[in-house]
Amino acid sequence: MNSSPFFGRKQAVRFLFIFLVLAISVANAQDWVRTGTNLGAQKIRLAAADFKMMGTDAALSTAQQTFNQVLYADLTNAGIFDMVSKSLAPPVMPGSPKEINLTQWSAPPANAAMVAFGEISVQNGRDVVYGWLFDAKNTQSPQVLGQQYNEANGPDTARHIAHEFADAIIARLGGGINGIAESKIFYVSDRTGTKEIWEMDYDGANQHQITHLGQICLSPRISPDGGRLAFSELSSKGSDIRLYSMSLNRMVSFPIHDGTDFSPAWAPDGNNLAFSSSRTGDPEIWISSASGLNLRRLTAYRGPDVSPVWNPKTGNQIAWISGRTGLPQVYIMESDGTNVQRMTDGGYATSPSWSPNGQFLAFAWSRHYGPGAPGGQDIYVMDIASRRWIQLTHDIGRTDFPSWSPDGRHIVFQKTAQGHSEIWTMLADGTEQHALAKIKNSRMPNWSWK
Amino acid sequence: MKNYKKNSALAVAALAAFMITTGCHHKQASVPEPPAPPTETAPAPTATITASPEMVNPGQSAVLTWHTTDATDVSIDGVGAVETSGTKTVNPSETTKYHLTARGDGGSTDAMATVTINQQQATAPTQQKMTEAEFEQNVKPIFFDYDSYSVRPDAQQGISQDASFLQSHPDAKILVAGYCDERGSEEYNLALGQNRANAAKTALVQAGVDASRIRTISYGKEKQFCAEMNESCWQQNRRDQFSLDQ
Repeated sequence: MNSSPFFGRKQAVRFLFIFLVLAISVANAQDWVRTGTNLGAQKIRLAAADFKMMGTDAALSTAQQTFNQVLYADLTNAGIFDMVSKSLAPPVMPGSPKEINLTQWSAPPANAAMVAFGEISVQNGRDVVYGWLFDAKNTQSPQVLGQQYNEANGPDTARHIAHEFADAIIARLGGGINGIAESKIFYVSDRTGTKEIWEMDYDGANQHQITHLGQICLSPRISPDGGRLAFSELSSKGSDIRLYSMSLNRMVSFPIHDGTDFSPAWAPDGNNLAFSSSRTGDPEIWISSASGLNLRRLTAYRGPDVSPVWNPKTGNQIAWISGRTGLPQVYIMESDGTNVQRMTDGGYATSPSWSPNGQFLAFAWSRHYGPGAPGGQDIYVMDIASRRWIQLTHDIGRTDFPSWSPDGRHIVFQKTAQGHSEIWTMLADGTEQHALAKIKNSRMPNWSWK
Repeated sequence: MKNYKKNSALAVAALAAFMITTGCHHKQASVPEPPAPPTETAPAPTATITASPEMVNPGQSAVLTWHTTDATDVSIDGVGAVETSGTKTVNPSETTKYHLTARGDGGSTDAMATVTINQQQATAPTQQKMTEAEFEQNVKPIFFDYDSYSVRPDAQQGISQDASFLQSHPDAKILVAGYCDERGSEEYNLALGQNRANAAKTALVQAGVDASRIRTISYGKEKQFCAEMNESCWQQNRRDQFSLDQ
């Protein structure tokens, strides 16, 4: 009897404590949605030693410099490493396991947990690279990764091998998720005078033109296997969906219809395309096979319906933009057109992109839209299950057309300021924002699926 | 002798009458000489009929012109009995042969004119240019409110004027192009421009213009009429532009 009230008080304190912990965690969750796979985890302290040059000729020296720069940039861009800056790294170039002194790297000031190192040479017209990843704190059995690359020598070989080695390290240390260093970004540029589709590496290097149609090409969307590029071409005849074969390097046929057809999207199995079409008058979302056959209409409301995107994880949901209630909003539905849900609660929302894990939608949003309204158009990410969102860009200009990287850790987007559009990239939590294509008027980026 | 004189006088009179009635119609050079051994019977009637123009676009009219001599009873199939000489405006819906029959004391003569309906829309380039300028003068663009595709009350007046002009030129095919200002998303504006073009098409059809004459296109925010970043410029860019569809 006596012990009962005492126990009760203790219990009450305990409950209060648990309640406070819960309240704090709920409050945290409300203003912070964790986006981007592994981005919230503790970052691994990684050092990348400059690779040793086995030889003396000038071409090898250029290749070595490129390799070292690209490898370091790829590992930095990955977003899951705390990189040891080159100035804190030991001033040595260990070319092989025999030459590395691990305590040199694990000790201050480098404090590296992991170290990547190796050598580069040219043998019989081929670039040969040996690369290792060692656990600096495990001197007994330090090897985590040992890779050998042997590729025909060309202007981009060193860059390509650096991407491959970076992706191998990222896959090993990043929870088995493949890196993005070998992925591509497709976009629209009018640097030739007309809007054409261009392609570049994920880091903005190696920009080259894909289409030469002399019209207005918009909304590039690469197929999941990377073999076909869908986009829209606007001419005096109207706007039509067009297909370009990346393997044949030429246009391939896709049926052309009356009315405005645009904003194509690939189903994750590559067998279907969703797009907006006004063939019945009002712009609606339609689905066809990848060859343009077997057409079916998904939406039937009056008002613009545009910019569909499939859930890449399941392939059975579509997010899109509808103006059925006035200003454009983000909606989702099943891929047969049922179970329509509105996701945004106002403002002007456009350009959805579905994260590879199926959990998030990135989109462009002016939360207070209209002449003289405060704020601008920024990139937001919404957790679909909870409909909580976070704002990723702030006051850097008008941002639009977010597109997720295949690893779900990055988002590429279009930034427009002072009348110039550039392509920028950032981590999916909004950090590390930087320009990829500084050339003016590059727009509508679309990240490859792998 | 008397007979001869009489016949000769008749022949001269017939020749004179021929000269007077046919006048300058050198086209009729093939009219037969008066018979050498003249008879008592009246000369056979002569008839010509022409259509101008011989080829018209659907809905356009042509003018028939005909002349006859020595005819008392002239009729054109499909038109009916007509004067011995005259003109008439016809409005055929399909290619039509106008068959003229001239009956007189001397028998009957036929003549034929054909009005061909041009099935292709292409017309002479000189005529096209005229029409294009005329079109632009008469069919003015209409303007829209911010992020809206409803035809405004002030644009409704313009639509009515546009419709009546288009109805008086039933041969003209029309392209309605929707445009948006530079704000907002490229993809969404393509749809909004399509809705703007559709809105004008619906309004024109309601005002009596045949829907099959109207094609719509959206340029979204891809083509701008005014490049400055202010409301008067944006208003200029939120429009439907009408043009002749080639």
